[in-house]
Amino acid sequence: MSATLAVAAAQAKTKTSNYARIYWPFVVPAGLLVFAIIIAPWVFTLIMSVHEWKVGEDPAFVGLENYIRLFNDSRFQWAILRTVYFTTLAVLFPMVLGIAAAVCFHKNFPFRGLARTIFILPMMATPVAVALVWTMMFHPQLGVLNYLLTSIGLPASEWSYNAVSVIPTLVLVETWQWTPLVMLIVLGGLASLPQDPYEAAKLDGASSWQMFRHITLPLVWPHIIVALVIRTIDALKAFDTIFVISNGGPGTASETLNIFLYQTAFAYYNMGYASAITVVFFILIMLVSLVLFSARQKTTFQ
Amino acid sequence: MKMRGLPGKIGFALSVFALISPAILVFLWMLSLAFKNEVDNTAFPPVFIPNPPTLDNFRAVFEKNNFFHYAWNSIIVSFTATGLALLLGVPAGFGIAKSKASKAAALIMIARVTPGLSYLIPLFLIFQWLGLTGTLTPIIITHLVITVPIVVWVMIGFFEGLPAELEEAALVDGATIWQAFRFVALPLARPGVTVAMILSFIFSWNNFIFGVVLAGRTTRTLPVAVYNVLTFEQISWGPLAAAALLVTAPVLLLTLLMQKEIVAGLTAGGVKGG
Repeated sequence: MSATLAVAAAQAKTKTSNYARIYWPFVVPAGLLVFAIIIAPWVFTLIMSVHEWKVGEDPAFVGLENYIRLFNDSRFQWAILRTVYFTTLAVLFPMVLGIAAAVCFHKNFPFRGLARTIFILPMMATPVAVALVWTMMFHPQLGVLNYLLTSIGLPASEWSYNAVSVIPTLVLVETWQWTPLVMLIVLGGLASLPQDPYEAAKLDGASSWQMFRHITLPLVWPHIIVALVIRTIDALKAFDTIFVISNGGPGTASETLNIFLYQTAFAYYNMGYASAITVVFFILIMLVSLVLFSARQKTTFQ
Repeated sequence: MKMRGLPGKIGFALSVFALISPAILVFLWMLSLAFKNEVDNTAFPPVFIPNPPTLDNFRAVFEKNNFFHYAWNSIIVSFTATGLALLLGVPAGFGIAKSKASKAAALIMIARVTPGLSYLIPLFLIFQWLGLTGTLTPIIITHLVITVPIVVWVMIGFFEGLPAELEEAALVDGATIWQAFRFVALPLARPGVTVAMILSFIFSWNNFIFGVVLAGRTTRTLPVAVYNVLTFEQISWGPLAAAALLVTAPVLLLTLLMQKEIVAGLTAGGVKGG
């Protein structure tokens, strides 16, 4: 009796621990790699951030001095402001256009597959390559964009060559490039919607705008929030197109946090200070994603 | 939702056209610049259609630069980084999906969230210390930061979607967990492996930031080479556009050919590199 109980207990034990334990060897190799190239560098960054360290010199412990210096550094403060400005616009436009595009591509029409593929090409293309083409299009004298603007009677712009218009110009490229990702995430949400509410609404004589506003939008809201979080994070850490098109210029007019970090680390080789920037940058990104995700938990679309 | 009548249809067609025309215009302009001669490229008002189209720009790219060398670097880096990521990431995706270890998955997501530059500073110093700068190894290793999370993330989704009964039947018949993975789950997840492979390859191929920091004169990948060599050593637009076209053409062709797989992978994962 007690023997059978023991066996049953042992079986129950293996049953419960079965799924938790048996699969871990599959994760170990990737886990070790993630530790070596992601976690360990992070610890190293934290340590470096409390040292004064230029490449070629010995690191010297300075405590929180890098952080104190950072918060009094007006170049850093401006970089934060520019990042917020850039991110706000580079989230707003792709979100609005991406949701509209998802609604369009959710319908059936001839050549839908081809149109969708063309629509996602900007996000798949090599960012440096398209950024170079945009740079040529932005040229104030010879660029095709100013020709198009003036030929329909609008004033020419200096695009990325002017301190005022450079960030909106970069937002334009970012919107062109990343609206497709918002579209795909929201489209995935639309594809999983049930059909019944629409049929009921149609019987009640609802217009298509009413159906969109009161059925579609609330149901795809979780997907919209996911797209919003992903877009915000990507906009905060945008690098390639800014680096190629304006490299933070003219002057420092488009120097966002990521460009400032690059300059500090790999133009001035000021590794300790750059590590402190990295830590603050990381905390900022984490805070923003947490706030957005908790917004997802608390609010449902009304 | 049905559209009402002809005006609705025309309006809808116009809005679809408005959505895709920015993409079409930029890529057409890239083609136009690449196939025009230098006089037409700097003409104002601009010449839109190359007449006659010329291959001089492409000739200039191949003759004046080590284009094949950089292309070879890119091929080695992207294939190795993708291969290693599949080797490590497919079993990891299986393990995480089956043990429902959402914390491990969240850890992987940290790689997706953090800026690429933040790994680069410590890794750059470690590679210098190990004397690896000037080889392709550091670039391949840093590309794993992009490719491994993509593969793990896509594979978790696919393995979660597989029916558990088949593997359990194999386990009951006395197969080891490894055999259940190798001979039951893996063949079923082959479409997922294809998706993971394509996305990981594309985002590795497109990556710029790791190469721009780590690559020396001979270890540049294509995006870095196009930025560094061409923009500084020759300012003419034709060869620059031709080089940009050559760099991004493999990715664009892959997207056109495999659009179903790519859309499936991107929708599931919200994947992006760097």
